[in-house]
Amino acid sequence: MRFLKPTRLRLYSQILFFALFLLLLLRTEFRGSLNSSASEIRLPYPVGMFFQLDPLVAIGNALASHALYKGLLLTLFILIPTLFLGRFFCGWICPLGSIHHFFSSLKSERKRGKLLLESNRYKRWQNTKYYLLAAVLVGAALGSGIAGWLDPFSFLVRSLGLSILPSTNYGLQAFLRFLEQSPTGLLRGFGGVLHFLLGSLVLNFKQPYFRQGVWLGSIFIFVIVLNFRVTRFWCRAICPLGALLGLVSRWSVLGLVKESERCNDCNRCLLRCQGGDDPIGGVAWHQPECHLCLNCVGECPENALHFSLFPAQQTLGANLQRRKLLTSLAAGAAIVPLMRSTPGLAAERNERLLRPPGSVDEEFFLARCIRCGECMKVCPNSALQPALMQAGIEGLWTPVLVPRIGYCETSCVLCSQVCPTGAIWEITPKEKGWSVEVGRESKPIRLGTAFYDRGRCLPWAMATDCIVCEEWCPTSPKAIYFRPAEVFDAAGNPKQVKQPYVDPSKCVGCGACEKACPVQDRPAIYVTSVGESRSRSNQILLNRSKKG
Amino acid sequence: MAGPENTATGETLSRRQALIRLLRVAGVGVGTAGLGVWLSQRSLHPETAIAASVKRGHTVAPNPALPELAIVEGEDPAQLARQALDELGGMNRFVSRGDVVLVKPNIGWDRTPEQAANTNPDVVAEIVRKCLQSGAKRVIVTDVSCNEARRCFQRSGIAAAAQAAGAEVILPDPSRFKEVDLQGEVLTRWQVFDAFLEVDKVINVPIAKHHTLTGTTLGMKNWYGILGGSRNQLHQRIHESLVDLADFMRPTLTIVDCYRILLRNGPTGGNLQDVLLKKTLVASTDPVAIDAYVAKSFWNLDANSLPYLTMAAKRGLGTIEFEKLRTRFRKV
Repeated sequence: MRFLKPTRLRLYSQILFFALFLLLLLRTEFRGSLNSSASEIRLPYPVGMFFQLDPLVAIGNALASHALYKGLLLTLFILIPTLFLGRFFCGWICPLGSIHHFFSSLKSERKRGKLLLESNRYKRWQNTKYYLLAAVLVGAALGSGIAGWLDPFSFLVRSLGLSILPSTNYGLQAFLRFLEQSPTGLLRGFGGVLHFLLGSLVLNFKQPYFRQGVWLGSIFIFVIVLNFRVTRFWCRAICPLGALLGLVSRWSVLGLVKESERCNDCNRCLLRCQGGDDPIGGVAWHQPECHLCLNCVGECPENALHFSLFPAQQTLGANLQRRKLLTSLAAGAAIVPLMRSTPGLAAERNERLLRPPGSVDEEFFLARCIRCGECMKVCPNSALQPALMQAGIEGLWTPVLVPRIGYCETSCVLCSQVCPTGAIWEITPKEKGWSVEVGRESKPIRLGTAFYDRGRCLPWAMATDCIVCEEWCPTSPKAIYFRPAEVFDAAGNPKQVKQPYVDPSKCVGCGACEKACPVQDRPAIYVTSVGESRSRSNQILLNRSKKG
Repeated sequence: MAGPENTATGETLSRRQALIRLLRVAGVGVGTAGLGVWLSQRSLHPETAIAASVKRGHTVAPNPALPELAIVEGEDPAQLARQALDELGGMNRFVSRGDVVLVKPNIGWDRTPEQAANTNPDVVAEIVRKCLQSGAKRVIVTDVSCNEARRCFQRSGIAAAAQAAGAEVILPDPSRFKEVDLQGEVLTRWQVFDAFLEVDKVINVPIAKHHTLTGTTLGMKNWYGILGGSRNQLHQRIHESLVDLADFMRPTLTIVDCYRILLRNGPTGGNLQDVLLKKTLVASTDPVAIDAYVAKSFWNLDANSLPYLTMAAKRGLGTIEFEKLRTRFRKV
């Protein structure tokens, strides 16, 4: 019955959910089908499922929007059982927790013998996560989705999706290239087989690139490395979701029972304790810290530990200090106004703050967006990139469209499909309204407006024909028109060229022109956010058709 | 490791030990020097490797008994493709047993078939079928799309139709582009998708569309779709570029899809009001004449007003006097 031991079952559960998470993350991508000619493209898998199960996302969304975005009600599948059972989610389901669990179990000089036992005792600094939780929830209530900086799924998807997976793809492609170009037939054959196997599941069709990838990956690796100092440091000290579930589990009916008369103080229960919740004899059990990993029960040679319903023993709660709690509440209340004391949001928007199609107005966007990077992962053109300062410090890692890297594909709405919180509201290609009679039959979603830099544009500045921008413009009638003009080349000879103009009533701000512009470094046509349909204030023309 | 234990105690080394140590150091020194000299002799200015084996020209011998230009009209695109091929003497004339054939439709844009920005999928599928019936070993269907390739291949309906007909549909994998010397007047070294480089026969299947710079985009313009790199720079000398490309890719056969033509806002279109249903297919062995014919009959553009056509004729790639070709009109 070794395979049915409770700790074994927990391990199977962790592997299962981690595999599921990874699979869904890898499938957060349109891979295309050569057998299908379906014209409406949607992802067939519920790739945002883990976000919908995440109570921190749901509570943050509820506090920020006074409503719950579609699918977030699913979080009750986690929240309600936690009320009864405690933090089983952390120990049995959370994929980030499982990663930490795995790395914590590796041998480390810092966790040997007495050091290990000592490091697994309950520490006061484990309360940090509760204070962080208090701060980010106050932030959410004040209209800022900064909880996403620390939410475990946001952290994981952002780190893996925007850094670890792209770099893995880069490494694998280089390795495959090496094999397939090898002069040895055997290696080439092996490369071919490997390419086929990896191609169907892991490899990207196009190498994705993300700004800040190196930092996002470094932060992730740093957090992993912390496990070699303190087992599951992130889960014990940082994770606001863990804190939330810890608070919820205060009244859970499942608890650890320590039979003190059997305990001989061998401390073996501490060896592989995940939560740092003091399962040892002689002290009270810290219920909200326990991940229900069940290692202590399995480890105890005297069978002095077991979990039972309605245990009669005294347990300890989070034991927060009032002064610190008030400080963190005040910090949360202060940070949002502080971040908004700059003119960015109201008076001086960054001209390159182009949001994905379907995005709600900036104020609501900042409140809902959890900086998870799902939209960036799914974008087929890598057009969506994590913001650094374009949306202020508050908007760190929110998505911005960078047309030079990739434009917004005319009929694509995948980012709006995967957004878990409605920061990018779900739209259909029809609602996006590009390509057909923009401004007349359709009231399109506009991301911004294109402008020419006539000092760099070939027909304007260099007496040379071009208008690739017009060729690529996806609307019909096109938003780029031209007039024939007589210009003079360097030798003074007259020459006819077609000089392009933008018609702002038709431009949707997709950025295809900017992407296609042959002036490779700084393009001669570029999109700025003015005229974006989500905003009432960020407009140019009085009579440009507005949405709804 | 011999040696250090002696020095630690302050004793001197034996002659043998000293000699071994000296030889070891000398060996490492000679090795390093040799490697350094060898590497320094290899130092060359880094250049991108150029593709060695490139097949230029895929034409078959002319047959004076058979027509050179066929224009067929009718209801069913697949039937039109069949008929057009029959008029020119059947696919057996173009494809021999064991050939690797590449069919090059326009799959440039993320559009559905009704929007007429890409070649009609039924036409492509029928050509694939005919190639296979004529004994082709492999039939490849591919294009280097402008919009995101996977969306273009799926939403155009071409990938599914061609695959069902038995073709090998290949996406333009970014790692499969090779540097090629096109030997043109303005186009020299360019990145070319390697699927185009080593096939026996090439059938060009463009769709007839409006284009601002060249009036129309037809067969010759379809060769933009073999290139990677910054092909958006070609527009600066578009006529010369088109001729260079047509010189490089001399197709076995060109079939221009005029079933639906895009009258305005090309080459992307999008609006069904830009589309005109002409229910016509034009096929020819002369890549210049066919463009001249379609430009004249659907856009009323004279070949003389399209510089790339006159330049191509001058270079001997074909004739602009399509009236002089042996021509067959058919209504199905």
